Parts: sequence; C-alpha cells; structure tokens
Amino acid sequence: MTTTPAPETVESPLVPSFGDVDSGRKLAIICSKGNLDMAYPGLILANAALGEGIETHLFFTFWGFDMINKKTMGDLKFTMLGNTATHLPQGLGGLPGMTAMATHQLRRTIADLGVPDVPEFLQQIVDSGGHLWACRMSADMQHLELDDLYDEVEAIISASDFIEKTAGAQLLFI
Amino acid sequence: MPTTIIDGHEIQVDAEGFMTELEEWSEPLAKSLAHQIGLELTDEHWKAIRFLRSDYREQGETATLRRISVVGGIPTKELFALFPQKPAKKLAYVAGLPKPHGCV
Repeated sequence: MTTTPAPETVESPLVPSFGDVDSGRKLAIICSKGNLDMAYPGLILANAALGEGIETHLFFTFWGFDMINKKTMGDLKFTMLGNTATHLPQGLGGLPGMTAMATHQLRRTIADLGVPDVPEFLQQIVDSGGHLWACRMSADMQHLELDDLYDEVEAIISASDFIEKTAGAQLLFI
Repeated sequence: MPTTIIDGHEIQVDAEGFMTELEEWSEPLAKSLAHQIGLELTDEHWKAIRFLRSDYREQGETATLRRISVVGGIPTKELFALFPQKPAKKLAYVAGLPKPHGCV
C-alpha cells in the first residue's frame, strides 16, 4: 500500500512494506487453561497478531473460563506443582503458602516488564480490535451466564459456531 | 547501511527502510514519510509522534503500543485509528525510529 514515488526523487524511495490493507489473515486462539502462567501465551500472541493487523478471535473453554469469569479473572494462580520447569524439588510446591508465593513472584515479574494483568490485557486486546468468545458447554457446566463474564466477551457460543466464525483462520490451542 | 531519498531528504535507512540516524529526522521529513505510507498527519498523530521521540531519547528504545497508551496517555483504540493495521511499526517509521522490540 506504500510506495507512491514523490516527484523530486531521483530513484524509487526505500519504504518499509506494511502489507496489504486487508490481507485476510485470521488467527483463532483457544484458551483452555486457568493457570496464571498459561493465561499469558494466548494473550501475548493475540496482542501481537492484532498489532500486525491480523483479525484475531479468542475462545475461552474449560479452565480457560477462569480468564473471563469476573470472579476469578483477577486472581489466577501459578503453582510449582507438576511444573518441572521451575527446576525446584516438587515437594516444595506442596508446602503451605508456596502457591501464593509463586503467584506473587510471577505477578511481580510480569508487572515489572510492563505487561498488564489479565483483565487489563483483555481490555487492551478488545481495544486493539480483538474478539472474545465464551464456550457454551463450559458456561453450562459452571452455571454461568454472560453477565458473570467479563463485559467485553461478545457472546457465549457453541464450539461449532466458533469454528464457523474462524473459517480459514490459523489456530492455536493453549 | 543504504541511503534513500524521500521528497528530497536524503536519509540513512536499514534494509527495510526504517531510519537509522536519529538526528536526520525532522518534522517536515515526518510528513513526507507519512505520505509514503498513505497518512496525512493531524494534531493527534503529532502527539503520538512527539511522545515516541521523547520517550526514545529517555529510554533508548522505541515504546510499544502498551507503553504509548499507559505512559503517553494515548488510548489503544485511537492508535489503531490513527495508524491503521500496524500502528506500532507505522508510528515508529514516521517518527524516524527503529521498530519496537518489546512483545507487549
């Protein structure tokens, strides 16, 4: 969309290509986890895709519902238990207070990088043009209605509806 | 590094065309850069451009959209309206700065 040669130039100016206005590229991200550490990959990738002008849809399902449930979204936790990537003895993770401490540390690390917490990150994604969808079966299992979910969630939809909405999209399951 | 000529301004750029010399930038040049990517600069554009330039001088790196909205006070929605599709990169280009490296 870029290079209209300016009249005075003697050669074609070197201008970055910012791609086509409407490339048609779409990204669908299925968020199925409710741990603090597993909430971020989907949010970060959605944000990055939107910044590249890509139409982006997030579908929250199963434990991923915790990311959009008003009661839990601001209070996701991180645990060392079952996560060998902390490289600490697994027994430590089971001690009282360890999950709270690990959560606190992870939150601080994320905040220090200037990365927002989950509710604010969702707002940023919506402000960037992203779409949030909630899974019908998860809502039914947890007896939740649209009012119980983050205000920017557009609707509670079935898995088939999501697949239909994201026809042709690249898909990430997290 | 290649050089290119935009509206009579000779500038040093990287392989993609982003400016590499902070001091070669000027406000008239910004208008020409914007024109190259189909933008006419309004006061709102200038507010974002000036924030990005001054923040770069303080921080030594180009602000991400997150930083422009939180520290610069320009809402995310507005940035997408002013610099459609790829606001962070387009804004960096017009401001004569490198692309932002931060993820968020």
